[in-house]
Amino acid sequence: MILPVWTIGQKRAAGVLSGVIAAAVGIALAVGELPVRIAQIWESVLGLAAKKAVPAIVMDIASMVIQCSVIIGFISVAVMFMVWWERKVSAHMQSRLGPMETGGWHGWAQTIADAIKLLLKEDIVPEHASPWVHFLAPVVTFVPAFLCYAALPFGDKTISVDLDVGILYIFAISGISVLGIIMAGWGGGNKYSMLGGLRAAAQSVSYEIPRVLSVVPILMIAGSMKLTAIAAYQSEPVSWLPFLPKWFIFYPFIGQVSFLIFLICSVAETNRTPFDIAEAESELVAGFHTEYSGMKFSFFFLAEYAFVFLSSGMTAALFLGGGSGPLLPSWFWFLIKTFAVVFLFLWFRWTFPRMRVDRLMEFCWKFLLPWSFVNILVTGAWLILR
Amino acid sequence: MTTEVIKIKGADLQTEEMILNLGPQHPSTHGVLRVILKLDGEVIIAAEPEVGYLHRGTEKLAENRTYPQMLVISDRWDYLSAMSNNLVWCLAVEKLLQIKPPEKADHLRVIMVELNRIASHLVFFGTYGIDIGAYTPFLHAFREREKILDLFEEVSGARMTYNYIRIGGVMADLPADWVGKCRSFLEWMKDRFPEYDTLLTGNPIFQDRTKGIGVLSQAQAITYGVTGPNLRGSGINFDLRKDEPYCSYEKFKFDVPTGANGDCWDRYWVRIQEMKESVKIVEQALDGLPAGETNAKVPRILRPPMGETYAQIEAPRGSLGIYTISDANDKPYRVHVRAPSFINLTMLQEILVGQKVSDVVATLGSIDIVLGEVDR
Repeated sequence: MILPVWTIGQKRAAGVLSGVIAAAVGIALAVGELPVRIAQIWESVLGLAAKKAVPAIVMDIASMVIQCSVIIGFISVAVMFMVWWERKVSAHMQSRLGPMETGGWHGWAQTIADAIKLLLKEDIVPEHASPWVHFLAPVVTFVPAFLCYAALPFGDKTISVDLDVGILYIFAISGISVLGIIMAGWGGGNKYSMLGGLRAAAQSVSYEIPRVLSVVPILMIAGSMKLTAIAAYQSEPVSWLPFLPKWFIFYPFIGQVSFLIFLICSVAETNRTPFDIAEAESELVAGFHTEYSGMKFSFFFLAEYAFVFLSSGMTAALFLGGGSGPLLPSWFWFLIKTFAVVFLFLWFRWTFPRMRVDRLMEFCWKFLLPWSFVNILVTGAWLILR
Repeated sequence: MTTEVIKIKGADLQTEEMILNLGPQHPSTHGVLRVILKLDGEVIIAAEPEVGYLHRGTEKLAENRTYPQMLVISDRWDYLSAMSNNLVWCLAVEKLLQIKPPEKADHLRVIMVELNRIASHLVFFGTYGIDIGAYTPFLHAFREREKILDLFEEVSGARMTYNYIRIGGVMADLPADWVGKCRSFLEWMKDRFPEYDTLLTGNPIFQDRTKGIGVLSQAQAITYGVTGPNLRGSGINFDLRKDEPYCSYEKFKFDVPTGANGDCWDRYWVRIQEMKESVKIVEQALDGLPAGETNAKVPRILRPPMGETYAQIEAPRGSLGIYTISDANDKPYRVHVRAPSFINLTMLQEILVGQKVSDVVATLGSIDIVLGEVDR
């Protein structure tokens, strides 16, 4: 075997990368399971509060506020990382380097600098815009994304509200954000954004249906709508899949069809290439957010990436066994799986052309929808005959 | 018998048409083209391309410039293939002056023009990907184009406006080692075509977006005077390099690829094949590169005899022609440029009708216009 000859730069990069990975694994092992840690800390805080005679309701509110802040903080950091990552991935796919200057090491601070720039920019409201709709649209788009995270399990039991109807909740709430896109399209007073908004509405509403239906087989097998329960179901020991973990993606036929439909619909829901017709740059300039700049624009941006992460997290929880995995704590496994799915999103975006509107609809109604029904039928038959 | 008129409630309701200005500032009009679209929903019912935003009056400028001075301006028509522009101007003036450039100059001209054709088609390939929504091919294409521009920089000193092909020959002989570099580039380029096929040509979404879109029938193509890859995409085998050879093109073996349906896909496919043919031509020209002079004897001040002439070549975008009238002065009396981009653009108003907004961009991109040449 001939080993590749590495240059000094490659050796250094490999060294730094393995160092980063080792540090991440070390930190993960040191922290351990999150719920245990959090419970410990919260117990001590409660003990302190009891000493000072703070009423229980204050502590409840404080708990909620802290959870909200953690989610907001997590979304911001995850999005910043994903934007940087996307720029790096796309750059390397296109035989260039991407950001290399800001912050020193491979431009790691580029997104932070961009975020600061966006926050400091002037807020421009176009003359023809209707001010209130224009103002509310980014909020209506972003808030549902944020709300959905409440029911997303970051590994075993690391969940802010463990709803019995977790999946239903996430689908329902994330569906609201399309309203924001329509509002943005209409409120901007621009023909391009209007076309973009209309396209987005048609697309999101259509793709929501096969997306929900693709999850139905999993609900039938797992017998629960609780995301933690579904994830836990997949981490049980296996009898009929000897080599593979009992993840839904490894269920013959049912798992793969569900996974593919869910993944395709998730890409469509997040308006990313090849389904980015709502903001198709070469056709509609910037689609529904043509008239947005600065802070408001960054909200759309944040929402898009938050939804990408949410979809990937759901994929990880529904199909890839959530936080199940050896050695490392469950939240770390969850993050690894989620970012692996995020990478799929990026891969699609930088290698595929854009689909056309009518073909997009055809694809949804004539291909994805029938197949998800077939999938449900097969699952039902299998469950009866099992 | 009485005719009963049933009045349906709301039958007199109408949807409004929307007028959309595509451009002059729009990401994918390839410059400053403006297309006024009349839309019914997303379907186009009328399209009117409006040109002139980049008009610089080069034809008028020519009347106040001497013949060699005009060469500099010719670089600025189709700035993606400036070599072709140089060549056609030189051919026109040489025809007036009755000069025959030496054989080596002919070969060098062919090499440069064909390399420039590859570079120009690479820009088409990359930007067409962006028009369709695929961003990655663009940078791959520009990586290759960069190498061609490096080669041009070595021979001419410039990367965009070469001014290399001169009246009576070329600016200078090739630098030492240039032939080797060019050969290694061609070998490298050959390996890139399969890469393009996997990246864009073979993509089902791309094929879906281009096949059957923007169909230009043979009759329409001839009526509108369309030339170049757009004409060949419609299935008409017409190439000036074959049909009316200049610069010793008759010595080289190459095929003229033609499409079948005249849709965006055919126009795209023809261009990709043409790049492969150009690689072949450059290889043959390098193989048979004769020794000798690179310039014919040209008088210091050019005063062509009274008369008029028309010279035309197969530029990357179609037949590029120059019509000049000489009044035995050192400046042309009148110059007219037959710009293929401008003439190809006229078909847009006919083939866009009935398509969707997203097809406008696909169609516009497939015609491959350069606004510098459209407006001149």
